[in-house]
Amino acid sequence: MATENVQTNVQTESQVQKFTDANFDEIVLKSGAPVLVDFWAEWCGPCKRLGPTVDALATEYAGKVTVGKLNVDENPNVSFKFQIRGIPTILIFKGGQVVESVVGLAQKDDLKKVLDKHV
Amino acid sequence: MPAPKNVVIIGSGPAGLTAALYSARANLNPLVVEGIEAGGQLMLTTMVENFPGHRDGIMGPDLMAEMRAQAQKFGGEIIQGNITKVDLCSQPMAVQTSEASYAARSVIIATGASARLLGLPAERRLMGHGVSTCATCDGYFFRGHEIAVVGGGDSAMEEAVFLTRFATKVTVVHRLRASKIMQDKARSNPKIAWLLSHEVDEIHDTGKGEVTSMVVRSTKTGERQALPVTGVFVAIGHTPNTALFRGQLELDQNGYIITHDGAKTSLPGVFACGDVQDHIYRQAITAAGTGCMAAIDAEHYLDSIPEHLASV
Repeated sequence: MATENVQTNVQTESQVQKFTDANFDEIVLKSGAPVLVDFWAEWCGPCKRLGPTVDALATEYAGKVTVGKLNVDENPNVSFKFQIRGIPTILIFKGGQVVESVVGLAQKDDLKKVLDKHV
Repeated sequence: MPAPKNVVIIGSGPAGLTAALYSARANLNPLVVEGIEAGGQLMLTTMVENFPGHRDGIMGPDLMAEMRAQAQKFGGEIIQGNITKVDLCSQPMAVQTSEASYAARSVIIATGASARLLGLPAERRLMGHGVSTCATCDGYFFRGHEIAVVGGGDSAMEEAVFLTRFATKVTVVHRLRASKIMQDKARSNPKIAWLLSHEVDEIHDTGKGEVTSMVVRSTKTGERQALPVTGVFVAIGHTPNTALFRGQLELDQNGYIITHDGAKTSLPGVFACGDVQDHIYRQAITAAGTGCMAAIDAEHYLDSIPEHLASV
């Protein structure tokens, strides 16, 4: 899927941040702007389907919302801290707090409605 | 609106992608609108051992990636998007996503079926917080936990066995109707416990925002008991995705599209394949088979309609 993105839209790929246990506090919790975090894993089919939607949001909201993905396999601490029990889950953070939570496959329009409340 | 497409295929599971493969090879330049559950139910499975030609099994998502690539190789156009509205009664027909509209001379419906829920209020509130309809997605989060699978069919057995990789104990709640081979697989697993002839009455705890227990009731004695589980995996079957077509196409009492003479529906030029019209077999291979039928039926239909409608 990554190669597909590179082929179709190089810019999109670069807009999406990679969040980790190590950088989460710094980039997400201390961010002044709203942050969208997509919790995903390699073995989760629906997560892979949601991936391109998140990529598109990163481009559309560039400069307004920080958009990134967090691999739950590689980053168990953040996943545990926010009690992630199902993926895909999208959390939106503002001022270090979770302000929105969307569980499961979501459509771009619905995610935009949720995001627009906070930009 | 741009020129009408010969065939618009709604859905991208085995049925939709096989219809795409066949209609692409018939030079119909089909357009596939993937839908929100792109790839269909196989995207949620692990090893598929009953798709002919894969004697050692193939992972569900890998099989779907292959089907997708094969349809594209012959010219099938696949777009992301979800159909929000259809008009199957006009000519050409019209289908709309939230981002674009398409005119279509024929439409193949392969929207499949989605997981059914128990209908308890707590279930939706706790979805993603202990309640799940996708063992392969969410099992990982229950390492070392005690959980329950609600359902008694083959997919419930498969989920229960899969979840024993993570959970210390998996209790299967429901009435058993799985095939013998799947029952045997589950019964031989020491981590699986059985509460047959039971139904779920309650899931707790919406106040805490996570699953802490569930209450089940015996359908024989009416006796209730609480199970201390942190996860509830619901696998009680599926409902067809036909809300878009209600009022335009003939559906049966459970909402499945009624097909006749192959993949034909109650409207000319509209064909249906896969789980959206099949509540009996519901297999990847039967979905693919009916997808092939729908493509061939659509090809015959396009050959038969007057020239002024058929010209590109």
